[in-house]
Formats: sequence, C-alpha cells, structure tokens
Amino acid sequence: MTLLTVRDLTVDFAGGVRAVDGLDLDLAAGAVLGVVGESGSGKSVTSLAVMGLLPDARVTGEVRFDGRRLTGLDGRSLRRLRGDRIAMIFQDPLSCLNPYYPVGFQIAEAYRAHRRAGRREGHRVAVRMLDRVGIPEPERRARAYPHEFSGGMRQRVMIAMALCLEPDLLIADEPTTALDVTVQAQILELLRELREMSGTAVMLITHDMGVVAGLADEVVVMYGGRAVERGPVREVFYRPRDTYTKGLLACVPRVDGPLPDRLPTLSAREVTA
Amino acid sequence: MNAPLLQARDLVKRFPVRHGLTRRLAGQVRAVDGVSVRVDAGETLGLVGESGCGKSTVARLLTRLIEPTSGTVSVSGRELTTLDGRLMRPVRRDLQMIFQDPYSSLNPRHTVRQILTAPYRYQGLTPDEPVEELLERVGLRPEHAARYPHEFSGGQAQRIGIARALALRPRLVVCDEPVSALDVSVQAQILNLLKDLQQEYGLAYVFIAHDLGAVRQISTRVAVMYLGTVVETADRDTLYGRAAHPYTHALLSAVPLPDPDAERARERIVLRGDLPSPLAPPSGCPFRTRCPRAADRCAAERPLLRTIASGHEVACHYPEGRT
Repeated sequence: MTLLTVRDLTVDFAGGVRAVDGLDLDLAAGAVLGVVGESGSGKSVTSLAVMGLLPDARVTGEVRFDGRRLTGLDGRSLRRLRGDRIAMIFQDPLSCLNPYYPVGFQIAEAYRAHRRAGRREGHRVAVRMLDRVGIPEPERRARAYPHEFSGGMRQRVMIAMALCLEPDLLIADEPTTALDVTVQAQILELLRELREMSGTAVMLITHDMGVVAGLADEVVVMYGGRAVERGPVREVFYRPRDTYTKGLLACVPRVDGPLPDRLPTLSAREVTA
Repeated sequence: MNAPLLQARDLVKRFPVRHGLTRRLAGQVRAVDGVSVRVDAGETLGLVGESGCGKSTVARLLTRLIEPTSGTVSVSGRELTTLDGRLMRPVRRDLQMIFQDPYSSLNPRHTVRQILTAPYRYQGLTPDEPVEELLERVGLRPEHAARYPHEFSGGQAQRIGIARALALRPRLVVCDEPVSALDVSVQAQILNLLKDLQQEYGLAYVFIAHDLGAVRQISTRVAVMYLGTVVETADRDTLYGRAAHPYTHALLSAVPLPDPDAERARERIVLRGDLPSPLAPPSGCPFRTRCPRAADRCAAERPLLRTIASGHEVACHYPEGRT
C-alpha cells in the first residue's frame, strides 16, 4: 500500500529560485525511502514541502498521504497530522529542543497535545520512550535539560519525541550528519531496530551513500531539484544508469576495497562558475 | 640519518577551565596528552579521530599557533618552541596551514589578489610567481584574482586557501579538516588537487580529518587519536587492513559502506556510550570505558605506544590478533 505519493512537486522561492522541479515520489507503508543528493539538490526542501512547512514558497503539484491530499490542506488539519501521523527529525537536535524545559516534559508535550492525556500519563510515556531509544536511567534523565545530553543522546531524545505517537511516517533529514562516526553507528542501529519493531515508514534524507545503502529499500537520487534516478537500493547501487549517480557513487573515498590513485570526479562544474 | 622534516615529542596542551566571578580555576581540559609524531619529506601523515580527540589542537601546536604546555616541535632538526616571533617568521615559509571553513579563513574585504600576496608581504618578499599562475595551479582562472571570497563556491574558496598556503613554496602543509565542509563530488576534486600538488612540489602533509575514507585516500601513514592521545599508528595499508587497536577497529566498522550487500552483511562493533570528558579522563587506558576487550589491567595501568611490527605502534594491553 502506498503511504505517501508526491506528484509533480515544484517549489519556487522569491527571487526566481526553483528548488524542486517536478518531483515524483512514492513511499510504501513500512518502507524506507532514501533521498540522496548534494547541497542544493532540493532534498530538504522536498521534506519541508511534504510537511507543509514552507509558508513563503510557492508550492505546486500534489502530495497525498494515506489517500488524503495534503497540499492545500488548512493549517489546523495539517497540525493534527504533524507529530501524530507524520513526524520529523533534523540534523541538529539542539536547535530543535527548548533549552528551558526538561526533555521528558518536551516529549510528553507532543503526546499530550495529540492525545489529550494528563501530565502523569505524558511523563510515563516519555520515560518509556527514553528507555526504548536506549537512554540509561530514563526516569532520572527525563528530568534533565537538553544541555545535559551529548549530541548522540539528544538525537535519541528527538527520535523518542518523534516516535511517541507511533507515526506512520518518519521524515529523517540528515539524522546522523552532525554526529561522530561511532555515535552515528549507534543511531543507525537504533533506527534499524525501531523500524523493525514499529513498522514506521521512513523518508531518509542524506548526502551519505553509505547511510542509504544500509537502511533504504528504495532510493531516489536528486540533482538540481529533480530526480535523476530511482529504484530499489540494489539496482541503484549496483546498476546505476544515470551518469550523476555513477559519479556520486564512484567519488566517495572508501575505507574498503581497491584504492584508486585519483578519485573519479563528476565534472568541471565546480571550477567553472 | 637526516633529521625528519617535522618531529613533535610528548606534546601536552592543557586548557584551564574557570568558573564564577572570581574566575577560579575549576579544572583543566587535557586536550592533548602526550603526542609524538614525525613526518618525513614528501609524505602524508593522516591524523584521524572523533570530535574532541585533540586533533585540531595538535594542528595548532605543530604550526605553533598556540603554545604547548610542555613538549617540543622541531622542523628539519630546528627546535621551534623556543623561537620568538621574529625568529619564527622565516620558519613559517616552510610551514603552512589549510583550514576547514574556507570562507572564515579568507578575509572578506580582500580580493583574491590581496589574499594571495599577503604571505609575501608578511615575509618581506617579492612574489616570484604571478598570482594568475598560482590560481591556475589550483584549478582557478586568472581573472578570479580581482574577485572577493563571497563570489566563490565552497570548493573554489578552498582552492584559494590552498593557493595561499602554497604561495611561499612550503615544505609542509598542515591541513585541518580541509574537505569536511564540502560536498562529496567537490571533496574528490580537492583530494585529487592536494595529491597533484604534493607530487609537483614534493610537499609533505599532515592531513587531519574525521573521515576515514578521505584519510585513506591521501595518507601514506595514519595516526589514530582518542581523548588526547595517539592510540595507534601504522602505514596506511596496515592500518586499514590489520588494525590492532580495538578503537581503530570500532571506527572502521562504524563507517557506513556505500554498498548495500556488504553494509547489511558486515559485523559491526557498536561502541557503548559516549566519549568520556577530557576534564576527568578515565584512569589507565583512556578507551577502557567503551572498549569491548577491557580488563582489570586496563583500569590500573595506562598502555603506552609500543612497536608490534615494523612501523606499527599501538597503545593497548590486548591488541587484536596478538593475544
């Protein structure tokens, strides 16, 4: 069953910048869709457009979630979906957390807003979620403030917050980019486990081909606001058809395999400006 | 035997941590805690580690941008740590640096020409090569000389930083995360450029990065840092093929491979917990709190770097494959 359908999505910003240009996406329930591309490819703007979080841009085309049209939906109905059925995590967890409130309160806040639950139940849910994302001593840590957590622990808090309402879709925008590689491995492991347990579909936005290779079922490669290639993850990685995809895969310096003397490069586009 | 191009011995850097109105001393961060490295002419030493391991502090100590708490740095056998500013200046011709953020390391009010001639001005030299030629060497165009840094993309701005470092024809360039702010396709171009320039000028690099793939691509030897110390050092192929320190193993196994079958099939060592605070490092081995092989001895006794094979040193009581 298709959970999310995006058709001919185009996003224009003031000043004539077209960030997304006629994009189609399909995400099945419970699946992981990797959206990869370099800076400026339009991958993050796409996720914001899906969530209806681009008030100043002109967004055309259609976004359907679970059969319902999201584009053109009023703010109140969108707010009811956001957090509850579609959740989002970002690259920088610190800027997403309120420094004045304990993290348990912030997790509970989202839960209570959607479920009309009381303080006590909210707290109970927060503690349970912190435990589930692997935070030791969850009862005590729920009362701690964001600055008392490390980067990896904060991203765990964000994941707990995103998943406390058991959403159908989690949009993860560069969820491990700001983290060290050993902490990134922990968070990727956690996302893998949670996905198996909860059946939440994930739209995984990243520039890291390795992250996509380990997690995604389907892949869309974006360049200049368009999808240049799409398909099942093994197809895209082992039999890429598009020259940009081929270049992107080849130019990543790897820790395994043969070592080229020079890395293949995509084009001279970067030097000719 | 000739003296190595660069030799650092037992470098220590502690930063005081002060609290409250009286700025009372609350403790010390041991950013670098006894690091020794050597770099020979024409080679690239990769220095790899996660945030807070002290690799950038080492970069600043090697170039004497900051003073060590103790320890020494010498270039071609000449001790730097005792030189005053006046005597240090000619040494800087041989010792240049490239930074992570290409924009913040270029003066926004200066044209590229002013930026690239500044090294000569400070040294009281006349440029022996026109700015236009220098630009072409790093893959930019002569007419770029009249432009300002904001007119360039990140990759181009990094090329300007590289050109500035090369202007005085140094023998050693310390590169502190030179490609981490760049997209992968641009990163590949910069890594290739650094390799080309190394061959052309016989440069030596200290290449500092957290990206193990980039370090492998450019380095001849690699040193792995953890919590202010070097835990393993070996030539590139040994380090990536037969690492002996459990931390190096964990680091390598944590890097996601851009290969779906390999990535899903591999055995991964996922480290527990976070980096300990450098304010209060663990007793004994700094890695023992996260180490899957830690034993009682690791808490009691700090392992020192010891040679386990030619050119391969490891600071571990129980190195992999040798117990």
